[in-house]
Amino acid sequence: MEKELNVVGTRVPMLDAALKAKGAALFTDDLVLPGMLHGRILRSPVPHARIRHIDTSRAEKLPGVKGVVTGRDIPDRRYGIVPKAKDEHALARDKVRYIGDDVAAVCAVDPETAEEALALITVEYEALPAVFDPLEAKKEGAPLIHEGVKNNTSFFIRKEFGDVERAFGECDEIFEHSFYSQAVNHAPLEPHGALAQFDPQNGELTVWSSTQIPYFLRRNLSNTLQLDESKVRIIKPKVGGGFGQKIDMFAKDFCAAWFAIHLGKPVKFIYEREEIFISTRQRHPMYITVRTGVKKDGTILAQKFQAFADGGAYNSTAPTMIALSCFFLMIPYRVPNLIYEGSHIYTNKPVGGAMRGHGIPQARFAVERQLDIIADRIGVDPAEIRIKNSIQAGAPHPAGFVINTCGFSDSVKKAAAAIGWKEKRGRLPLGRGVGLAGASFPSGVSNMSHISSGAVVQLGRDGAVNVLTGAADIGQGAETVIGQIVAEELGVPIEDIRVTAADTGITPLDPGTFGSGVTVRAGNAARLAAISAKQKLLEFVADKLEANAADLVAKDRKIFVKGSPDKGITLAEALKGYQYADLPMPIVGRGSWMAPASEPTTLFKEDGNFAPNYSFMTQAAEVDVDLETGKVKLLKMVTAHDCGRPINPMLVEGQLEGSVVGGMGQALYENVIVENGQVMNPSFLDYGFPTFLEMPEIEAIEVLTDDPIGPFGAKEAGEGTQLSPAPAIVNAVYDAIGIDFMELPITPEKILAALAEKTKENDKAQ
Amino acid sequence: MKKVIELNINGDTHDLLVSSNHTLLEVLREKLGLMGTKRGCDLGACGACTVLINGEAYLSCIMLAVDAVGKEIITIEGLAAGGDLHPLQNAFIDQGALQCGFCTPGMILTAEAILTEDEHPTEDVIKTKMAGNLCRCTGYKKIVEAVMSVNEKIGEEA
Repeated sequence: MEKELNVVGTRVPMLDAALKAKGAALFTDDLVLPGMLHGRILRSPVPHARIRHIDTSRAEKLPGVKGVVTGRDIPDRRYGIVPKAKDEHALARDKVRYIGDDVAAVCAVDPETAEEALALITVEYEALPAVFDPLEAKKEGAPLIHEGVKNNTSFFIRKEFGDVERAFGECDEIFEHSFYSQAVNHAPLEPHGALAQFDPQNGELTVWSSTQIPYFLRRNLSNTLQLDESKVRIIKPKVGGGFGQKIDMFAKDFCAAWFAIHLGKPVKFIYEREEIFISTRQRHPMYITVRTGVKKDGTILAQKFQAFADGGAYNSTAPTMIALSCFFLMIPYRVPNLIYEGSHIYTNKPVGGAMRGHGIPQARFAVERQLDIIADRIGVDPAEIRIKNSIQAGAPHPAGFVINTCGFSDSVKKAAAAIGWKEKRGRLPLGRGVGLAGASFPSGVSNMSHISSGAVVQLGRDGAVNVLTGAADIGQGAETVIGQIVAEELGVPIEDIRVTAADTGITPLDPGTFGSGVTVRAGNAARLAAISAKQKLLEFVADKLEANAADLVAKDRKIFVKGSPDKGITLAEALKGYQYADLPMPIVGRGSWMAPASEPTTLFKEDGNFAPNYSFMTQAAEVDVDLETGKVKLLKMVTAHDCGRPINPMLVEGQLEGSVVGGMGQALYENVIVENGQVMNPSFLDYGFPTFLEMPEIEAIEVLTDDPIGPFGAKEAGEGTQLSPAPAIVNAVYDAIGIDFMELPITPEKILAALAEKTKENDKAQ
Repeated sequence: MKKVIELNINGDTHDLLVSSNHTLLEVLREKLGLMGTKRGCDLGACGACTVLINGEAYLSCIMLAVDAVGKEIITIEGLAAGGDLHPLQNAFIDQGALQCGFCTPGMILTAEAILTEDEHPTEDVIKTKMAGNLCRCTGYKKIVEAVMSVNEKIGEEA
């Protein structure tokens, strides 16, 4: 039955859209405090070296310089976003491990003076041999980047499901291919920044930071500065996109806080674009080999997956990233017998971190590409092979995932129909082709600790609703979605809702924006808080209406008996009555939510459900390959997405469209080029992510399922769609020119070289 | 070398002491607090710092403040007349043409310059002229739709 909803499911503009359109939305760099100082960071010019000596005396003497700090001055506290993978100091202590590593920081009256002072710091380095490729770095005898980490392999995961050896023996055909995915920079438009202020009287530190996860930043700052967590307050201003890059703590956060504490003045650090490319995070480059065995009809029987991720100089999210790569091989296809092996390997290069899809896009590129190759070689339609192998809702899962709703095969069918699959696949002229690829993504995680959200809903005497949530809106519209959920539950229009979010001094605990879990996790918490607030009012009104509280509904700013909208009172009347009845005001509802997990494990050792629910999606691409220039134009991308029931279809479309264009960048244009550890293209001009000119026609199709766990049936929408645009495009290129590409991105140079090679082979054959 | 210059910004005149190497972006943000003009790359490559100079779109991060003397400068804060939002602002809001909002002021001002120059540009012209404005969130689709919707209404009776 269709639920009767008034606010959920509507195309409400973002609550802060007008502020943004007026240029009045304040990001970290827009905040100014009286007497504010400015900081800059000195970065390593060498890929791997021991720090012999740092002389800061000349910098300290420069007029306008207020302070200099190096790794020797700060507490010896390692940090990292994953507790068991801490391997980083806010400033390097003994060694630098990549070009761009944080070495020292200067604080001065203005950014120019700080910059000038950086040049006056002399660092004596003792060069160490460096290694830039994970396949070299894992060999015996390779330079060791972190003491005690053998073969530079900081994480290794291996698991077997079923009986892989026996299953390969039962296959009709076995295929093995190797793939490579490149480094991609998130490139959010807003540069990373931090502004810190310290009150020496009560010892309280306040940091405004461009962060996706205020509460983790609080913990990391508390640990590294050796301050009580209660003395650290993180406020997230508007954040100009993150895509995973603003998950980690960075030197700017630590150094702004350090100087604010030591100088007693507010201090701001803003990264330059070049620093964002070199010294924040990027999508892990990955070498992958997949061996897959199938029956004649395309049924997958067995798979072996081996991945070597190029982690760069530090771990960041390493264990989570490599685990995600592996776990999500088991969805959206049924792979009854599977071995995966994933390694995270250090190199002397920029650091890998979470990026939209987090380890899964690389794996999907390999698997979805290979599935097309298999389909082609055994003569099964690529859409059919995906539908045939699709997992189904309710079916037992080899790893224990609980799939309550699954729109995957529907998404294949809808995407195929919308791209014109039957008429076009294999039937377009040379240079034109269509391709598709599928994926699934978790709506947050249920199988790890500290992953719960809280919310508070307060009803004011005039009926206005104040929502407190820890959720971190970084531009995706989290506050709006949470506002819609609360409005729906309380039966008020969205205009009545005010959301206060992501201030660790005010709002309830929330893990932040990552893993696409915000709508389900923080949304459920907000919904529970709204129900709790509503319940107080309903119980009060019940007597007056001579009804059971359970039979009352709140709708259209009224409370009435179910089925009799005329028999009721307005919300304002109810609130007034409540107030005059000498009941405590205001009405406060609290909610907290954690995904149901019977046995919290980390999944590294035991099986179990990974996420509260899973989105499913298929991308279908049509491309035009210019045979003269080798340029690929993505003409159209269809994205059919099962995100359950969308809370806000307009925001969901925005997520899908942005994700598709990002995925196109990964397929065709983007690559952080590194030579001997030096990033060669650290600017928007040289990096070249997609512009208006490259945008394809995009058709976003909702595949509606009604998930029992998500608030009002919702699942994730932000990340999953970036998993498979790249394989869909490369599969379409195969359809267009009959060449299988195994390495991303497929640049015009690669296309032309492959076309020339093919011509040569054809000539030879004749 | 510092000197006093007079800039006309959003209809107001400001006397400002600036260095000859100060960019217009620095002056707008740091001296006048007009934070709607964003610094995304400081290299003229992202369009977030776009302002209107005599009605045309300029990148304020690669324009010297001294070169803006005698010209009419409009920033995002000066686009809306009185309390009413500009039609482009309304279209961006209602049609979901913004997400994080960091590129939005530059997008809206570039679109305004395009629609001022040419009353009914085609979608291709809009895309070509906006190609210097980067957005990492939206995939551009809803921005094009928002600009086209305003474009279509131009000249219609209110």
